Amino acid sequence: MMIRRSDGRSGRTGGSGLRTKDMAQIALFAAIMVVLGFFPLIELPLVPAPFTSQTLGVILAGAILGARRGGLAILLFVVLVVIGLPVLPGGRGGLGVIMGPTGGFVLAYPVGAFVTGLLTERLWRRYNHATALFCNFVGGALVLYAIGIPWMAVAAHLSLAKAFTGSVVFLPGDVVKVVIGSLAAVTVRRAYPMIAPGRRTVRDGRA
Amino acid sequence: MLSLHREGRSPVHAVPAGVKLLVLFAAGTALFFVRSVAVLGGALAGVALCYALARVPWRVVARQVLTVVPFAVALSAVQWLVTGWEAAVLVGLRMLVLVMLANLVTLTTRTSAMVAAIEAVLRPLAPLGVRPERVGLLVAMTIRFIPVIKEQADQVRAAQRARGVERSTAFLAPLLVKTLRLADGLGEALDARGVDGAAARPGKTPRSGKDRPL
Repeated sequence: MMIRRSDGRSGRTGGSGLRTKDMAQIALFAAIMVVLGFFPLIELPLVPAPFTSQTLGVILAGAILGARRGGLAILLFVVLVVIGLPVLPGGRGGLGVIMGPTGGFVLAYPVGAFVTGLLTERLWRRYNHATALFCNFVGGALVLYAIGIPWMAVAAHLSLAKAFTGSVVFLPGDVVKVVIGSLAAVTVRRAYPMIAPGRRTVRDGRA
Repeated sequence: MLSLHREGRSPVHAVPAGVKLLVLFAAGTALFFVRSVAVLGGALAGVALCYALARVPWRVVARQVLTVVPFAVALSAVQWLVTGWEAAVLVGLRMLVLVMLANLVTLTTRTSAMVAAIEAVLRPLAPLGVRPERVGLLVAMTIRFIPVIKEQADQVRAAQRARGVERSTAFLAPLLVKTLRLADGLGEALDARGVDGAAARPGKTPRSGKDRPL
């Protein structure tokens, strides 16, 4: 076993409260998010924004790591985008994407992961396919639309209704991703539970 | 490696990352209030001048423009139908200027300089418990592990295909469990190298993590 400092031990560490294992999980889930961008889930012709599995990464980070670590993992991914790494589908990246009409969706990713994680933590005891679908749909679709669509309306000078219509073409695909993410989250919860009720993490039982 | 940045020695490259980011955010805010095609045209000319100053190769410029233009044209078309041609030109131009300017910042700024700028931005948040120096470490860790995760995903898929599993999403759960195991090992490795202890004492942080894989 390794020595672990409890959260109250030092003011400085306690403030951010991230243990090294948390940092490792955050970095690796940010990497998963990038890798998911390499795998085209379904390719739609004529749609300018590449349609890949990346919002799946948002869902999985929240559903598996919980609100804090999941949100931070995806926030780290956004930092990668901002500093100019081509980690978005189609090798896009950089501040240009953030400034563009779809930038709001990218900025909404960490919030979506956080909300997914928050709901998952609340429903952890009763977590099954149905509750997973609920958590993941709210965090992985609704939150993203709630931030991404107004952003698009402002950035592209469209009416909210127009921006909404333009984004709704992605809804069927997002629902597919919510379903896939829920199946995976329930399986992983059984194999490797990361969120425990009452406690932040589970790490025993697996030496 | 996988950065969009391009090495160069131009005056544009020499401007500190923080200043470039500041200019970009200022431009993003200011252009939003501009209602004149002439001013936006001037801004576009200014951005083009900066590209020339930075000596960005034509091929790269062309690729950048080609990715923005379809978006800008589609937006303008919608705008034209809804409000009229003036608004359409404004919206298309504004988007072109902002995206090209943002891309220029990305092209001419090293990843490490960008990380340093982000650390600087986060520094005022330190009393709230944010530890800016960790951002650099996390970025380096993520970049280092992207190929590893990609390889694991490919392995899981190959193994499943060999067993006759064709469903393209079945690789997720095994990949996630493998990744969580990897994180356990990585966390212990970081502890063994004293990353946590070092980070608790400011000044002794392993800052070299920015450019170098762990």
